[in-house]
Amino acid sequence: MDNARPHFEKGGRLEMFHSVYEGMDTFLFTPRETGGIGTVHIHDAMDSKRTMILVVLALMPCFFFGMYNTGYQHWLACGLSEFPFWSLMWYGFLAVLPLVLTTYITGLTIEFASAQIKGEEIQEGFLVSGLLIPMILPVDTPLWMAAVATAFAVIFAKEVFGGTGYNIFNVALVARAFLFFAYPANMSGDNAFVPVGKALGYGPVAPDAYSCATPLGQIATSTDPATTLVGADGTPISAWDAFLGLIPGSFGETSLLCILIGGAFLLLMRIIDWRIVISVFLGAVIMGSVTHHFATPLYPNSYLTPLDQFLYGGLAFAAVFMATDPVTAARTNTGKWIYGALIGVIAILIRTYNNGYPEGAMLAVLLMNAFAPLIDWCVVQANIRRRLRRKAQSKISC
Amino acid sequence: MKITIKKGLDLRLQGAVDKQHQPIDISVDRVAVSPDDFEGFVPKTDVRPGDKVLIGDVLMHDKRDIGLSLVSPLAGTVKEVNRGARRHIENIVIQADDYDSASQPRNQKDSQYYRTFEIPENASPRQLIDLLARSGLLAFIRRRPFADVPSTDVIPRDIFISAFDSAPLAVDRQWSEEEANVIQAGLELLAQITSGSVFLSLREGQHLPEFKDVTVVRVKGPHPAGLPGIQTANIAPVNAGDTVWTLSLDTAWRIGVLATKGIYEPSTLVAVCGSCVQEPFVAHTILGASVKELLQNRLNGDCGNVRVIAGNVLTGIKVEMDKGYLHFPYTQLTIIPEGDDRSEFMGWASLSPTKMSVNPSFPGALTHRRFRPDARVLGGKRAMIMSGQYDRYLPMDIYAEYLLKAIISRNIENMEKLGIYEVAPEDFALAECLDSSKQPLQRIVREGLDFLRNELG
Repeated sequence: MDNARPHFEKGGRLEMFHSVYEGMDTFLFTPRETGGIGTVHIHDAMDSKRTMILVVLALMPCFFFGMYNTGYQHWLACGLSEFPFWSLMWYGFLAVLPLVLTTYITGLTIEFASAQIKGEEIQEGFLVSGLLIPMILPVDTPLWMAAVATAFAVIFAKEVFGGTGYNIFNVALVARAFLFFAYPANMSGDNAFVPVGKALGYGPVAPDAYSCATPLGQIATSTDPATTLVGADGTPISAWDAFLGLIPGSFGETSLLCILIGGAFLLLMRIIDWRIVISVFLGAVIMGSVTHHFATPLYPNSYLTPLDQFLYGGLAFAAVFMATDPVTAARTNTGKWIYGALIGVIAILIRTYNNGYPEGAMLAVLLMNAFAPLIDWCVVQANIRRRLRRKAQSKISC
Repeated sequence: MKITIKKGLDLRLQGAVDKQHQPIDISVDRVAVSPDDFEGFVPKTDVRPGDKVLIGDVLMHDKRDIGLSLVSPLAGTVKEVNRGARRHIENIVIQADDYDSASQPRNQKDSQYYRTFEIPENASPRQLIDLLARSGLLAFIRRRPFADVPSTDVIPRDIFISAFDSAPLAVDRQWSEEEANVIQAGLELLAQITSGSVFLSLREGQHLPEFKDVTVVRVKGPHPAGLPGIQTANIAPVNAGDTVWTLSLDTAWRIGVLATKGIYEPSTLVAVCGSCVQEPFVAHTILGASVKELLQNRLNGDCGNVRVIAGNVLTGIKVEMDKGYLHFPYTQLTIIPEGDDRSEFMGWASLSPTKMSVNPSFPGALTHRRFRPDARVLGGKRAMIMSGQYDRYLPMDIYAEYLLKAIISRNIENMEKLGIYEVAPEDFALAECLDSSKQPLQRIVREGLDFLRNELG
């Protein structure tokens, strides 16, 4: 890399790729830059690259399970009764690969371009966003939609605010919300969540008229409070299936087990704040208990117990991977409790009392992203008032 | 009084001094006084190369506060007045005339090498402050707000003295009975200056003789518990409009020497430590001593490029091996590998147990081993991404991140509201060291304090 450096410096032939070179160089080799004047002389080895990679690692259980489950749901939809593990994995891999490539290529191209325009080194924030986006989309999402949504999110939710660390809204969720409102049929229709065709030419094909909604979708559209939730093959699904994640849903969000594994890893590595995870959980459980207590056929979702609320849909995934995004979450410790609890409460409220939006977690997190600075402001004001009061008291005692 | 500091961390570094060893006398014939060590001091020289000076003779005074002086710690000849860009004075170098004049601390007892100061009887606080200013010792004291050298016209609300240094690899000085009596005289002088209290903070379990006229505070907790500013914030915080002084016990002892003998005490104990020193030791030498003599034949051969730090790894000043000198507070010299000669493939993915980190994804964080970090930043500078990182290492009732952002945006109103008067750059040093966004926090705070001081006149 050092030999190639002169080409990328100012005046070199490849100067327009300077930020790309800088990004690759620091990715491959630890920078030799040492601390300067007026700064500390030693630094903790933790940096932003490692932070992001740890999040990517934490997403891996959900990702691999998503591959398996995509194949599994497809096999169910095709009416097959044998589920060869590697065939399912391979089908799931082929199904999600184009989506992952699309988001990474679209997002990274924009990141590279804006880094070059700003004359900065490429930053690693999109490593996480680029993986999160395919995981919260139905695997059958058309690629051009994923590309448009990614581009929209990276440009308008991130780069216009100044890039990684300055955004107000979670980038991956903005992409998801963009698709949700722009192309609702593809995001919440009955045909969205279980792939019916071949994946890159591989795998069986489902019957023509096949359709299957997600559990939350089924509840929202049901008229009978005692609806039995069914899986992709039409047979009832158990809570255990839902815990493992063998249910229709967005690619990475179905398995509560894998989300718990990823969440535990991030908590142990101190990447995410336990206050937010716990408070989202508490908020959702309390609100879920309330709605369940006042269950009414008018709002079928209110028949779900608080446990069901976590088993189905994206609430658990949002609690662990979305609400905890340090940049868009509240930043004071007290603020984190309020922020998390409100996400839990609002997610259940939207799910239950707005039948048009069976999935409330995404909107709850985005809404609270907008309110996080206000929550922090109030917390910081309390500190300021305390300081002023202290001053007033010391005047009196003088 | 007792306080417990919960936030903070004692970094585990290689190269600590073995406390059993006695201090080693190291003779030096050359010292330097650097005005930049004394924040807020605007130097004007009183000497020219070739001038003869005694210990305690004024080398520089402050342009704005004429009584405030920096004095010579060595009797000899002014060798150089080094200037940098725009004639900024970098340091004044004094060379001893002959071996006996002052080169070895032991041989300095001869009064002919000292300038004596007259100690006024029944002095008013202002007279005492003037005495400290003239004798060069006021420059060893810091005030809050602004964390700089106090001005001579403000009488401090309280005075905070820290008897221990919690910084990485620092050594607490042991005081003899005789020295304790001298310290007592210094404390009495300080008690006459303030209308409030003199607080003396001791590490829990630290043994010191009983002192009168002071409020003793036992402090428990990890670094930065030893910083007087942190102690102040936890004992009696600085409010807008207040001025307090902070100093080390070392300085109180120097003030005691001034009060009892009327002279400027030039000797100091310096911990020569760090992973590149063969056998870390404590040197008995002179303030501002040249580091070459202190380090001769004492470095590890396997270090490659080394960084010599006058001070500790968090707040010290990088100096050159050949031409460097000790810097204020003259108690520590740390030598670590520079690291710029190392090529490391994908260091961010490393699972090596030798990497220093507080993050559990590095195996070293889970052990009790001592680390040997080099001076590399180990990552690119980023926006403040992770939240709460700074607050975890700043034991004050302050939202560090919000204060820093107010400083960066030069919003004076918010800086004041968020507590800038209570902080010093050194309070943020530990957070800067452990920050994964690699932000230069100390520099940000320093620039903020300077900006505020200039704006407020």
